[in-house]
Amino acid sequence: MNILLSGIIKVGYSGRRIWHFFAEFLRSVNRYGILFFQTFARLHLLFKNPDITVSHMFNLGIESVPLISVIALFLGSETVIQSVYQMQGFAPMRYLGVLVCKSIVTELGPVITAMVFAGRVATGIAAEIGSMKGSEQLDAMQVLSLDSIRYLIVPKTAACIIMLPALAIWAEFLAILGALVTVILNVDVTVHTFLSGLQLFFNPMDVFVGIAKTMVFGATVAITGAHFGFEAKSGAEGVGNATTKAVVTSAVLILVFDFLIALLFL
Amino acid sequence: MLKIEHLKKHFGNQIVLDDINLEIKKGQITCIIGQSGSGKTVLFRHIIGLLFPDGGRILLDNHPISYPGIKPSEFNRYRKRFGILFQGAALFDSMNVGENLAFPLREHTRHTESEINNIIGESLEMVGLKEEFKNKMPSELSGGMRSRVGLARALVMKPEIMLYDEPTSALDPIMTDKINDLILSLREKLGMTSIVVTHDIGSAYKISDKIAMIHEGRIIFDGSPAQIRKSRNPYIQQFIRGQRKLHYAVEGEEVYSGQFDLERLRKSEISERMFRVPLKTESPSDKQTQDPQEHE
Repeated sequence: MNILLSGIIKVGYSGRRIWHFFAEFLRSVNRYGILFFQTFARLHLLFKNPDITVSHMFNLGIESVPLISVIALFLGSETVIQSVYQMQGFAPMRYLGVLVCKSIVTELGPVITAMVFAGRVATGIAAEIGSMKGSEQLDAMQVLSLDSIRYLIVPKTAACIIMLPALAIWAEFLAILGALVTVILNVDVTVHTFLSGLQLFFNPMDVFVGIAKTMVFGATVAITGAHFGFEAKSGAEGVGNATTKAVVTSAVLILVFDFLIALLFL
Repeated sequence: MLKIEHLKKHFGNQIVLDDINLEIKKGQITCIIGQSGSGKTVLFRHIIGLLFPDGGRILLDNHPISYPGIKPSEFNRYRKRFGILFQGAALFDSMNVGENLAFPLREHTRHTESEINNIIGESLEMVGLKEEFKNKMPSELSGGMRSRVGLARALVMKPEIMLYDEPTSALDPIMTDKINDLILSLREKLGMTSIVVTHDIGSAYKISDKIAMIHEGRIIFDGSPAQIRKSRNPYIQQFIRGQRKLHYAVEGEEVYSGQFDLERLRKSEISERMFRVPLKTESPSDKQTQDPQEHE
């Protein structure tokens, strides 16, 4: 009887812990949603301090170019190799360019670029805001009547929305270049055949949907990083946890929004 | 000028502030002292509008500025009357000293850039820093310099009330004295009202017109530095003397109602460990063998 009672009590405690976890998760989602709307409600204030946004465009965007360039080249090469492997025996190689172009422009280019961008930018934003919270800089902004969302989050969000599509286009270009080099060096397909395949069935709508996706991804990365920065507990461990959660949540949300956009527009 | 009436605050089941009452007059320097964890910083955050109470209220010139249920945005109209120096100064580390001081001026005033530069120069001079410091980043400054830059940033908006959160913690004794002198000079030059939250009793003695001590969420002393030295409350004496054990300084029988019960302590088994002089009623045979020195 005692064993049964203690078992019931343990189940009760576990249930309470699970309930607290979900309750805190829902509260966090609520705060995320509020931050999302508060950020977009202040977008019009960007024009009062455009220099801050330009500075972030350089730090977050331009400084990501080397990393994204390397990844894009390998992405294109890998796409060609995988495509050749998958197509062997049932599809003519004149469609190699089609498969590579469609894969990179509609999906791999925007998503992989956003994932790499999130790894660099979401962590940086979460770390910066988490550190500011720990050193009372956010409190100092509040007591000086300075809106931390306006000065910290809105410029970063705008910079991400502008720069991620540009980075994605650059990455797609480099990926196709990488694919072309791989074709020349490693695949028994002529350059003419490959380039003809790139243009065959090319649809500009694929590029526009890709850019629209990356704008959504850019906003997601910035606001997710900011959200976990604001929620960070003080100290190195707290900031470290915040950066990890920022990049993991950004990655999940990128895939979720990718699915939703594909469902709506494709 | 500032009145705190029956302020209460709890976090979950923990009561942090329990019926705080305090009045701060214009031009006065008031030090709020207390042990770590006594509620000083929570009280400080209530005064500057970063926390809002669960009971009671705070009045500024007889206008309620903080009370249960207030929207945080309603406090914003009073913020400019307060200047705050946080522990560690809380300088924005992505900006240099000049940009830190200019930031609130650019956002809240219509001064031209040259006027802003003049104001920055005056503020830096007031805190004893040269204009060359404008281009330094916060990471290049020592602790004392950061505190002074933080003070200068608070002063550029010309507040009526300055609040300091442990301004001299982590500073050496000489720098501590310089900051204390700065606080005094602001009162002399600008007639500024100051509230200093500190556990540095030496600084409190030097600068205060009034000292308020918090213990377990209540104000147990509110008076002058001379009065606190004479206080016979053992908790106050323990704090101001910096002693780990309570020292029972009272020779006669005095009971501090609501704060501790002498009779309960006398009967307590731990009274001999708590007090240097045992409080238990001694038998004649005990008096022969007991030595007060043994209880240290």
